[in-house]
Parts: sequence; C-alpha cells; structure tokens
Amino acid sequence: MASLDRTARAFLLSELVAGFALTLKYMFKPKVTVNYPYEKGPLSPRFRGEHALRRYPNGEERCIACKLCEAICPAQAITIEAEPRDDGSRRTTRYDIDMTKCIYCGFCQEACPVDAIVEGPNFEFSTESREELMYNKDKLLANGDRWESLISANLQSDAAYR
Amino acid sequence: MYADLIQFFTTNWLGQAIVILAQCLAVTVPLLVAVAYMTYVDRKVWASIQLRRGPNVVGPFGLLQPFADGLKLVLKETIVPSSANGILFIVAPMITFMTALVAWAVVPFDDGWVIADINVGILYLFAISSLGVYGIIIAGWASNSKYAFLGALRSAAQMVSYEVSIGFVLVTVMLCVGSLNLSDVVLAQSGWFWSWFWLPLLPMFVIFFVSALAETNRTPFDLPMSEAELVAGFHTEYSAMTFGLFFLGEYANMILLSAMGAVLFLGGWMSPVPYAPFTLVPGVVWFALKIAFLLFVFSWTKGTLPRYRYDQLMRLGWKVFLPVSLGWLVLTAAVLQFGGWVPKP
Amino acid sequence: MLLQALAFYVFAAVTVASAAMVVVSRNPVYSVLFLILAFFNAAALFVLIGAEFIAMILVIVYVGAVAVLFLFVVMMLDINLTEMREGFLKYLPVGAAIGVVLLAEILLGLGVLGSGSVTIEGLDKAGAQVLAVDNTRAIGRVLYTQYFYLFQVAGIVLLVAMIGAIVLTLRSRPGVRRQKISDQLYRPKDQAVTTVKVPTRGGV
Repeated sequence: MASLDRTARAFLLSELVAGFALTLKYMFKPKVTVNYPYEKGPLSPRFRGEHALRRYPNGEERCIACKLCEAICPAQAITIEAEPRDDGSRRTTRYDIDMTKCIYCGFCQEACPVDAIVEGPNFEFSTESREELMYNKDKLLANGDRWESLISANLQSDAAYR
Repeated sequence: MYADLIQFFTTNWLGQAIVILAQCLAVTVPLLVAVAYMTYVDRKVWASIQLRRGPNVVGPFGLLQPFADGLKLVLKETIVPSSANGILFIVAPMITFMTALVAWAVVPFDDGWVIADINVGILYLFAISSLGVYGIIIAGWASNSKYAFLGALRSAAQMVSYEVSIGFVLVTVMLCVGSLNLSDVVLAQSGWFWSWFWLPLLPMFVIFFVSALAETNRTPFDLPMSEAELVAGFHTEYSAMTFGLFFLGEYANMILLSAMGAVLFLGGWMSPVPYAPFTLVPGVVWFALKIAFLLFVFSWTKGTLPRYRYDQLMRLGWKVFLPVSLGWLVLTAAVLQFGGWVPKP
Repeated sequence: MLLQALAFYVFAAVTVASAAMVVVSRNPVYSVLFLILAFFNAAALFVLIGAEFIAMILVIVYVGAVAVLFLFVVMMLDINLTEMREGFLKYLPVGAAIGVVLLAEILLGLGVLGSGSVTIEGLDKAGAQVLAVDNTRAIGRVLYTQYFYLFQVAGIVLLVAMIGAIVLTLRSRPGVRRQKISDQLYRPKDQAVTTVKVPTRGGV
C-alpha cells in the first residue's frame, strides 16, 4: 500500500506541486527588504564608514602628525608627511588614504590620540573612477566638516564604553 | 482612389512587399517590447518569491528598467577576444536572435491573423526551434574559451535530447488534429476550456512544458550558463550588444515556446468560455493572456526549483520523457483508432 | 514567375557554392557550417517546388539533429591542418576516379531520360494526382500503402543499426557505483537520521 502511495505521488508530481504552492504563497507575503535608496537601515554609533579628519571647534585641525595611524594601518593605505608649521606646531603637509586599499578595520581611529582621524557614518561614497578614491588631506578635512555633527554625536554616545 | 490602393497592395509586387514588411514589423515590434518587459516581470516575480522588491527605481515601479538596461548594453563596447574566431563570434548571437524571430511567421494570433499560413506550420516551428542551438554552439566554439565551450557542448546535448520528446508531443497533437496547420490545431480545440488539449493530453502538456524549459536553457535546466561552474557558459566572452542579442534571443525563444504551448494545448486565440461576454474579447487578447500565463510559470519555476545535475538532466530526458511520450503517443493513437475519434481530413 | 526563377537561381547558386566550400575550406568547422548552409538551401529548393514536407523534414533531421552532432564532434577534434594536406596527392587519383564515375552515371541517367524511356508526361500525370491533396498527406498515403513493407524494413534496419551501435559501445565495468535515485528518494526517515540525546558536557 505504501509503495502504491509513493508511486502515485511520484507520477502526480506531488512534491513539485507542493513546492510551487509554497513559492506562490511566498509571492504574496509582505517584502522583508528595506526599500534602500528611500529608506535605510539603522547604523550603530560604532559604524565604520568613510574616513574624515576632524577639527577642533575653533577651526584648528586636530591631527598632530604622530603617524600612529600610518603605522598601525594593516593595509598600509595611509601615507603621511609632516613638517613644523610657521607657528612651530607639528602638522601634516600630506595626509592620503587609498580607499581602494582600506579594509575599514578602524585601527586608525583607535590609534589616534586626539580623535582626529575617524570613520564616519557615511557609506555611500562610490565614485565613477578609481582616482577619485585616492583621498587627500583636503578631501578628508572636507569630510570632517561635512559630517562633524554626526561624528561628534556618535563619539559622545559611545564614549562611555571606550 | 480607394480601389487603386487595394489594387496596388494586392497585385503590384512593390505593394505586396510593403504589406509583408508591415506584417513583419507588426509582429516583431510588439515581440521585442514583450521581451523587454519579460525581463522586468521575471525579475519582479523572482524578487517577490524571495520576499524582495525587485527593480523599482527607474521610472514608476521600475517600469523603465528594461530600457535602461538595453541602453547600457547598446552604449558599451563590444569586445572580441584576440584569440576568438572573429566572424563566427559576431555571427553567433545574430543566429540566436534571428531564429527566435523568424519562427513567429507561422504563429496564428487570431482567426486568420498569421503572416504565412503554411500547411506544415508545426513542422516549421519545430525546425526553427531546433536551430537555436547553432547560435549557442558556434558562440561556444568561436569564443575559444573553455567555459564557453563546455557550456556550448552541454547546451547542444541538452537541446538535441529534449527535442526528441518535444517531437513526440507534437506528433501526438498532430494525431488529435489531423493537420499540420497551426490554425487548424487551434480550431480543433474550440469549445469550453476543458476541451482544449491540455486536459485530454495532460501528461504531454507537462512533458512539453518541461522540455520547453530545457530547450530555452531555463532553470532547472540552465546548465549551459550555470554561473557557479561555467562563469556564464556559452556567453562568457560576450559583452555589450552581442550579449544583448543572446539575451533578447533567449527571451524571444521563451515567448515563442509559450506561444507554441498556447497554440497546441491552450486553444490559441479561443476564449475559455464560448459565450457572449467572453467571445467579444478579441482573440489576440486571449492569446496574449495565455502566453503571459505560461511565461509566468517559466519565472515561477525559476524561483522555485534548483538546478539539475548534468547526468540527472540526461537521465530525465532519455529514460523518463522519451519512453513516457512514446508510450502516450501509442496510447493516443490506439484510443483515437478504437474510440472512432480519428479526425477526418 | 520571374521572382520564382530568381529565387531558384539564388538558392541553387548558394547550394552549389557552399557544397564546394565544404570540400575546399581548410577549417573542418567551416566545412560543417557550409554543409548546414547547403542543407538549408536545398530545403529552400524543395519549398520552391512545393514539397514543403520534405523541406521541413530535411531541416529538422539534417540541420536540427545530424549536423549538430557533426559539429559537436568536429569542434572537439584537434586537427593539424598541415598533416591533413599531406595525403592530398596520394588520394587524388582515387577521389578523381570516383568523381568521374559519378559524373558519368548522372550523364548516362540524363541521356536515358532524354531518349524517352521515362517520359516527362508520365511524371506530370503522377504529380497531378499527388497535388490533389497536400503533399504531407500524399506522402503518407503512398508510404503506408504501396511502400508499407519497404518502410517497415527501413525502420527495422535503423533499429538494428541502433542496437548494434549500443552493443558495440556498451561495456560493463565492474566496481562502478551507480546512483539509484529511487532508493535515495524512498529511503524512510528512520533509516537516514538518528536523533541522539547528548548529555551536557558529555560529548557524543
């Protein structure tokens, strides 16, 4: 009897029919994906996105060219050159990040003693050419100015756990 | 004046040529639009089955997505690999695309709406659909790439195998109709929707549909272009519009086989209920609806089933479908003969 | 009429030219492709004389199946072109002799036809009878009545050839493990899965 049942099921393609019914049912279920460009998922304050160089509230750049980030960078994506500025303080003359090399590990922001280099909440920085992903100091400082409010809020909210 | 025009278009060779050209355009242009939107519907159906949204950014509900894709393909550079056979490499996609289009010459869209109402319509469709394999096999060889070649070999073996069972399905339908003309096939199915051939020949309809999946290299038989093993199979080396022609040809072939299924098993342009409000709808609308339904099942299948392994594919074709379709053919012939239902010529 | 004559000459010219290219072309894959072109144009010629059934069968059987397998095999061959040229002179006399014999036979046949033993009127009369129904039906009528035994014999010859091919290539290898799909599908759950209660920190 069992073998008859099995044979009948095989010839009537019962398993196929069951599978098709399941996918048909799922077709009318509500979508689970986020409608991305119009709505975005929540980001943690620790999210490691696009890099930025921050400034102090008075407009002075934070980076003191200690080169700790350059030293710790596992992908060797950061290049720094430094010289004393006219007022005698130590500043970078060149601060480049090769975003095509960067692995977004966040070691640079961990290493930074003055919270100058940070990875901000921005993850939508795709470009049309490879050259545009070679960030220089101007670009990084501009990023810092643009995202400062969000970055400082994130740092604030995460400060208790550091 | 009016009579002159009729005279011109029916007797003058130039007038006739214009009429034929217009007929071809009247079939080809809606077909290509249908192909474009088939890609869109495909993606939407798979997305829904996987609880995703599918294309929804370009235009309202993403309706302009196929044209954006087409534009992208047209604007890209056609790359011919240096070790490829230049002429055949370019000719192969054209063959695929052309064979998918020329078959439409015999498909009846409504009573009398057919470009060439030839006596051997079924055979013509079968012959042309068996030619599609050339584009693929030539592409695989001309690319001079092992992935493309393996894809082409698989495709050739698969299409030749499943053509056999499609052939027997066609012969069964021919037996029930007593004619090879596609309009006669549709007219033989007049009546309520349960008198269409899908119900009396249900096993053959299933075999036809599954073989159609194999003929068009669709899931679960998409071995010739299985990404996981062969990169993209026979069109690994193709880019831009040469790839686009393969893509269009593949979808046009799918629509063609759906149309074949609609004509042979779903009563072509017939309305499902042979009474007033339904029969007033033009036959071409019913035909389009039936094609759309079969195409939906194509997408639905792709969203449901995983890919077959190659030996399983061959086993199904030769050890299951061939005996079953042959047996059902003999059975149908016997029932027609002894039941006294042999169609009169 | 002019259009038909024009079509005939175009198709005939392409048939002859591609048939010649089958022999002449250096790359065997090109040869097969030209062969397919020749088949196609032959089918077109059949359509022109109103034999659409034969034309379609030619395309389905030869172009759709046989030539695919030819192409399949030829593509997988690794042919050294210079090596193939070497035997050319050696085989030339034999090939030329066969060609001359064939040509002579054709000329002889045409001569006999012209001398009046088989009249064109007879052919026309047979044709007129056949044309009363469409040619698919006409072929069916003669094939299953007058030539029934020959047809069956042809079928049996093909069947024997098929069985012969299978017998020649079939080898039974010992120790091959085959997948038995029905066994896999019908294996009951209690034979395939065992549920084990693993004690915590005990391991299996």
